[in-house]
Amino acid sequence: MVTFAFWLFSGVAIVSAFLCITRRSPVASALWLVNTFFSIAALFIILDAHFLAAVQVLVYAGAIMVLFLFVIMLLNLGRPGPGDMKGWWGRGVAGVAGLVLVGELLALRLVVLPAQLVLPAGTVANAVQEQGAVQAVATPLFQAYLVPFEIASLMLLVAIVGAVVLAKRRV
Amino acid sequence: MLLGPSLAVSAILFSLGVVGVLLRRNAIIIFMCIELMLNAVNLAFVALSQQLGIDGQVFVFFVMTVAAAEAAVGLAIVIAVYRHRDTVNLQNINLLRG
Repeated sequence: MVTFAFWLFSGVAIVSAFLCITRRSPVASALWLVNTFFSIAALFIILDAHFLAAVQVLVYAGAIMVLFLFVIMLLNLGRPGPGDMKGWWGRGVAGVAGLVLVGELLALRLVVLPAQLVLPAGTVANAVQEQGAVQAVATPLFQAYLVPFEIASLMLLVAIVGAVVLAKRRV
Repeated sequence: MLLGPSLAVSAILFSLGVVGVLLRRNAIIIFMCIELMLNAVNLAFVALSQQLGIDGQVFVFFVMTVAAAEAAVGLAIVIAVYRHRDTVNLQNINLLRG
């Protein structure tokens, strides 16, 4: 059952991603990308990352894609233009590069994880079961990764200021 | 459980993102393809965190933060460029190309 759900959502994610990069209208692309994000959230649940699945829906499918759609509509790009795809030569290069890349990445899967790093099966699932989905992630985030967390907040501040400065008409 | 298949899906999604970046000329769609690539990496992180500890999931948070910041700044740049050139087609925005 779980395996079936995994392959179902994987298929939906891959097909939606393919449609996202091939649709001519930016709005259609954005909506297919939202579909991909929802499928990836489902895959997160299957992989024992329940809280991340919620964050994925809220932040990616919610906030970031709304930002994209907002810009598409602000700039009035919704009409499918006369093909922003590259010509046949560019398409060939893109296809070959993609195939080479997917071959390389799939070959990387043959690497065996070092045995002393691998935790016993079900460790993360048990942690989520015992501590709850939020606490299992929050404890390392606010203890071992506290400094990166603070730096991330600083980076968000810089991004806010930078976005305002860049998009303003006259500084 | 499902580590290999997850990494395979992640690899395919990442490659689709790369193909999208190479294939399109619309700056906004290229940004969306970059988000797709970041998501593929997140999927690989989560899949590996099942075997290597929960730190992988913590990293996904940081990737999401960077992605949000990148989307905000990148789209601001797109808006600024659109004001100058009235287009988001990268073929017409080649002033910085050598």
